[in-house]
Amino acid sequence: MRHLLSVSDLGREGIEEVLAVAEAFAEVGTRPIRKVPTLRGRAVATLFFEDSTRTRLSFETAAKRLSADVLSFAAASSSIKKGESIRDTVETLEAMGMDALVVRHASAGVPAQVSRWVTRCSVVNGGDGWHEHPTQALLDCFTVTQALGGIEGRRVLVVGDVRHSRVARSQVLAYSALGASVTLVAPRSLLPPSLEGWPVEVTHDLDGALAGADVVSLLRLQAERGSGAFVPSLREYSARFGLSAARAARLSPKAVITHPGPMIRGVEIASDVADLPQALVTRQVTNGVAVRMAVLFLLLGGHA
Amino acid sequence: MAGRERSHTRRGVFVPRSQVLSADDVRRAVVRMAHEVAERNGGLDGVVLVGLQTGGVPLAHRMAEALADAEGVDVPVGTLDVAFYRDDIGLRPVLPEAATDIPCDLTAKVVVLVDDVLFTGRTARAALHALSDFGRARAVQLAVMVDRGHRELPIRPDYVGKNLPTRKDEVVDVSEEGVAIGTIQ
Amino acid sequence: MTDVPGVTGVTGAVVVAGGEVLDARGRRRADVVIDGGLVRAVGPEAGRDAPSGALVLDASGCVVAPGLVDLHAHLRQPGHEEAETIESGARAAALGGYTAVVAMPNTDPPVDSAAVAREVLALGAAAAVEVAVAGAITVGRAGERLAPMGELAAIGVRLFTDDGAGVQDGALMRRALDYARDLGVTLAQHCEDARLAAGGAMHEGVWSSLLGLPGIPAAAEEAMVARDVALVRATGGRLHLLHLSTAGSVGLVRAAKAEGLALSAEVTPHHLVLTDAECAGYDPTFKVNPPLRSAADVAALRAGIEDGTLDAIATDHAPHPPEAKDLPFDEAPPGMIGLETALPVAMGAVGLERALACLSWRPAAIAGLAPRHGGPVAEGAAANLCVIDPAAVWTVDPQRLASRSRNTPFEGRTLTGQVRHTIVAGEPVVVDGRAAR
Repeated sequence: MRHLLSVSDLGREGIEEVLAVAEAFAEVGTRPIRKVPTLRGRAVATLFFEDSTRTRLSFETAAKRLSADVLSFAAASSSIKKGESIRDTVETLEAMGMDALVVRHASAGVPAQVSRWVTRCSVVNGGDGWHEHPTQALLDCFTVTQALGGIEGRRVLVVGDVRHSRVARSQVLAYSALGASVTLVAPRSLLPPSLEGWPVEVTHDLDGALAGADVVSLLRLQAERGSGAFVPSLREYSARFGLSAARAARLSPKAVITHPGPMIRGVEIASDVADLPQALVTRQVTNGVAVRMAVLFLLLGGHA
Repeated sequence: MAGRERSHTRRGVFVPRSQVLSADDVRRAVVRMAHEVAERNGGLDGVVLVGLQTGGVPLAHRMAEALADAEGVDVPVGTLDVAFYRDDIGLRPVLPEAATDIPCDLTAKVVVLVDDVLFTGRTARAALHALSDFGRARAVQLAVMVDRGHRELPIRPDYVGKNLPTRKDEVVDVSEEGVAIGTIQ
Repeated sequence: MTDVPGVTGVTGAVVVAGGEVLDARGRRRADVVIDGGLVRAVGPEAGRDAPSGALVLDASGCVVAPGLVDLHAHLRQPGHEEAETIESGARAAALGGYTAVVAMPNTDPPVDSAAVAREVLALGAAAAVEVAVAGAITVGRAGERLAPMGELAAIGVRLFTDDGAGVQDGALMRRALDYARDLGVTLAQHCEDARLAAGGAMHEGVWSSLLGLPGIPAAAEEAMVARDVALVRATGGRLHLLHLSTAGSVGLVRAAKAEGLALSAEVTPHHLVLTDAECAGYDPTFKVNPPLRSAADVAALRAGIEDGTLDAIATDHAPHPPEAKDLPFDEAPPGMIGLETALPVAMGAVGLERALACLSWRPAAIAGLAPRHGGPVAEGAAANLCVIDPAAVWTVDPQRLASRSRNTPFEGRTLTGQVRHTIVAGEPVVVDGRAAR
């Protein structure tokens, strides 16, 4: 497999392979020297047209722990000149010897387009518009597996702005591939226009869905992607779909809560709830590095 | 001859052709090597066994048992998967197979690497590189059940169960039932 | 008839020999003799009495039809010559079997004055096919004030549209319909409610939801179709609906026609064969406005052609240079070229005879270019013809198309049906599949 553009590129076996390898890399993260020479001499470039310090740092840390060389291109930097096309930038990077490009863009499909413009590089989708964010879903599955022992047969709620969420689309694919049942919880205006072909159930009633859930995956209200206009107010959204302390108390004691970050405390998650041991947010961040190491390893080194 | 087939990771199934060592031969070799480790190091102070995944791990445990019987000392046993240190990444399928678990800081210890078969020497080289990330050992020694020749690097074992000349295309399989030569299908 | 405007390169006599004539009157085996810009004789033996020295064009195995007329092509000149010029666009049209093309007014500057219209017509005079120009309905196509339609009609403009956008203001559209009625010209609408469509990059539906792209709902088109049907009813005016794309629109037009309202409608070749599933790879070649829609919409559009609800097939030829289509999908400009592939694509969707009716004589009538174009192949008629080999199989190679741009959705596909010769005002502008002009 040369590129990771969508969770569906992996299939169930592929996802399980990533999770297994990520476990080995998680162990590397506990050593005194948190580095292995696996990708020595390879070069990984992060091409982030959309700002995201956390995800970019996570990918760069992952590449560095594999001993790869890392170049970073952030949208605001002068190395992406105004007017230079993405295509020219990408072809230049490949000519300079990059082996992998991690691409994030506000427009869906850019990583797929980049994968058509390169002849040798591997392309990793670091998040494209509303479409997908595969490594986020993978690290969520890894973290949940760590906490619950497995995902098969579990009941996952994906709560919030599904319509504009790339994390949601990737999560639906990943959790259902691993055998979980997925229920979307959102107001109609924050669901995609069509759910045909989505392996999900839908409810608009968060309270009714809590008791049976093993995993509550909270999504951000994507203000920068226009979701603000789809709900009357943040207050109303929070009242209907926010995970308040009262709601968290109705969850089964073994249930876990995830959030892709950054959290807006008080909107999609109450501040107290974010600090509960059931909330796996900091573990998600730690695991993000291991999962991204696994992805880079599998694309660049794991297979002939 | 064992008619049983044993699977080899991801590459096919091992079909044995001839038995070279019996189960008893293997047991005696383990005991002998354990004694050699104790003799060479003047006791077991500071000695750590590290089994290379996956073939070396059961052997390391058996050697630890033999050392406990002989010297009355429980030597720490660690495991090491060298997948991430290999020099042929990208040339052939290689995925980490099992855990790396080093029970202590290896600084100033005598590490005895344990593997089932010594062949080209590349696994041992990768293991040396990996070990250096866990502390600066006082010494590293290598114990193998079978040395089958065909070295590609200047690596030599300190403790050998059996020297076994082989053809390059043959496969050597080490298990509790003994050592056999065969092919992969 | 008035003198043939535009192409005047009348050469010597031409004989189109061995083909089967197919026009609004039917099909018959016949040679066609052409001289002085007109058809002189049509008949099974007509070639035998042709003047000596006549150029013989072999039409064996071919259909000889009135030349195609495109109601809707963006020739990009003035203002965007990097994508296409009137000359290159006309050449592409000729290769596609067209003898006349209506150039859309969304140029830079737009055709909202006689001065710009004259410039387009002057450039068209030297082109391989006859170039007519549509005027804008509103000044600058801004949708605020009516453009000087009288001034434009006086120099021969018959069709007016703000294409690229629809007229959003219902009151203004009503006034335009009234005004156009007096002048005897036809208004054409690009039906798109700007607010319902806002931000959309592809059809809103199953695929846009999976791909995470903002969608343009069918309602964005249907809302304006419904409004304009009501306005036609209210004013008694006449309206042509450009590039319809939804089943709902077809239904609205069917009902309006049943009521006797003066509406005509067109559909593009690509909307008759391609669906929104083509966008799955995020290739902006498949981004177009109105967008490619669902299989159900494609079926309804074909049914609309078959029962006459949709009158014409028009290309909406929209060239864009490669760098424009290398942008992210939602940033790339919409549009596909289509002049050279329209005929085989239409033939594949609705059959040869219906395709010719919808590509030739019906659009000629709507554009006011009949019977000079699209008219029956008969003695005394203007010699605007195309010779089509209905069995020729060819693969679309964008590099080998005559258009300056390469944004065709049919790249690499195999099409059946190809133009062998095109004759404009008696002059062979395409011979054996190669442009002579």
